[in-house]
Amino acid sequence: MLDKTGIAKRIAQELQDNWYVNLGIGIPTLIANYIPQGISVEFQSENGILGMGPFPFEGEEDADLINAGKQTITAMPGASIFDSATSFAMIRGQHINLTVLGAMEVSQNGDIANWKIPGKMVKGMGGAMDLVASAENIIVAMMHTNRKGASKLLKQCSLPLTGVGCVKKIVTNMAVLDIVEGGFKLIERAPGVSVEEIIAATEGDLIVEGEIPEMVI
Amino acid sequence: MNKIVANAQEAIKGITDNMTLMLGGFGLCGIPENSIAALVEANIMGLTCISNNAGVDDFGLGLLLQKKQIRKMISSYVGENAEFERQMLSGELEVDLIPQGSLAERCRAGGAGIPAFFTPAGYGTEVGEGKEMRMFNGKPHILEAALTADFAIVKAWKGDRLGNLIFKGTARNFNPLMAMAGKITIAEVEELVEPGELDPNFIHTPGIFIQRIFQGVDYEKRIEQRTVRSRQ
Repeated sequence: MLDKTGIAKRIAQELQDNWYVNLGIGIPTLIANYIPQGISVEFQSENGILGMGPFPFEGEEDADLINAGKQTITAMPGASIFDSATSFAMIRGQHINLTVLGAMEVSQNGDIANWKIPGKMVKGMGGAMDLVASAENIIVAMMHTNRKGASKLLKQCSLPLTGVGCVKKIVTNMAVLDIVEGGFKLIERAPGVSVEEIIAATEGDLIVEGEIPEMVI
Repeated sequence: MNKIVANAQEAIKGITDNMTLMLGGFGLCGIPENSIAALVEANIMGLTCISNNAGVDDFGLGLLLQKKQIRKMISSYVGENAEFERQMLSGELEVDLIPQGSLAERCRAGGAGIPAFFTPAGYGTEVGEGKEMRMFNGKPHILEAALTADFAIVKAWKGDRLGNLIFKGTARNFNPLMAMAGKITIAEVEELVEPGELDPNFIHTPGIFIQRIFQGVDYEKRIEQRTVRSRQ
């Protein structure tokens, strides 16, 4: 079983040289720490920066330089800063190569829910709806089950949707899965996790073909 | 041409109960602190506020929420404010949540004379309900209307008496877009400079969009999430 860092490390393996990448809040943010050797990527944060760098050294925080999670950040050499409409032109116009975000639920046809629990929690969608509606390459980073142990990979989402038919790949603490015609296709198992355990933790239709390799982290 | 007013109290003259305001900023970054304080002091009620966020409990738009001066919020993300969530879930506060990119573009369109546009964001979700849908390039899009406001209030780093503005860092965010979409736009700046001091090549918001400008005071610039790394 992977922890959150493990999920981030596995997704980092998907990065390709010269990609522009938008990382959501939570697990996706950790991916920036595990960029593979020899790969150069630029991180976009949708509040309006391309070329986002690591957190500042203590004492060098700048209230005027934050990411979409409202965290203090730095700008890399060659970074650029722009208004929110230009930022979403990059997103809506499909100039971003990879979007990674968290989810509360994903359905087997690629629907995603991550912004609202009716009557309980309403934080808003922020940029998530724009991101999922337009990105060609979306990876969801999340735990396989919720805090009550219920599967987050479903036949149909029960929560209000963020986007329809948009998720292509999911990396959880238990598995890597692709969304294909007919369900979630199991691609890799997390270290120490059996196919049976993944079947048991997946409510949606799971497609298992042949030997499923264990992830190499 | 001289758009300078003395202070925030002068700048907000004409803002009355039940008006629609746009307020720049993302989180607490680039918010018009002085003008918000003046709105609290002036006790203007029943406001509709268009702003990406709603501040935190004791700063930013949270100060207006505390005094129940806001009737309706139009935002994309409001997760940092417990009082907001309470007022919304109890029905005291009307809330229109819209995708961040659509919010930015709706403000830009409002200022640019484009009444509406199609976007894929929100199709198939609550956001798309009741909106016109049309296929473009084989993909469903929804019609989103432009937004304008009685007053837009923005915060810039530097400005001159003609209203030309330069923003600093990610404090730019929604400010240039909202500046275009106000019937009257107020700019508060950290530094008011003489015309000519700002290089025309580096103006972010041309002065035509600004009607009133003043030098702000005592900026707190609160940081919401202070994240640092250790020196090794």
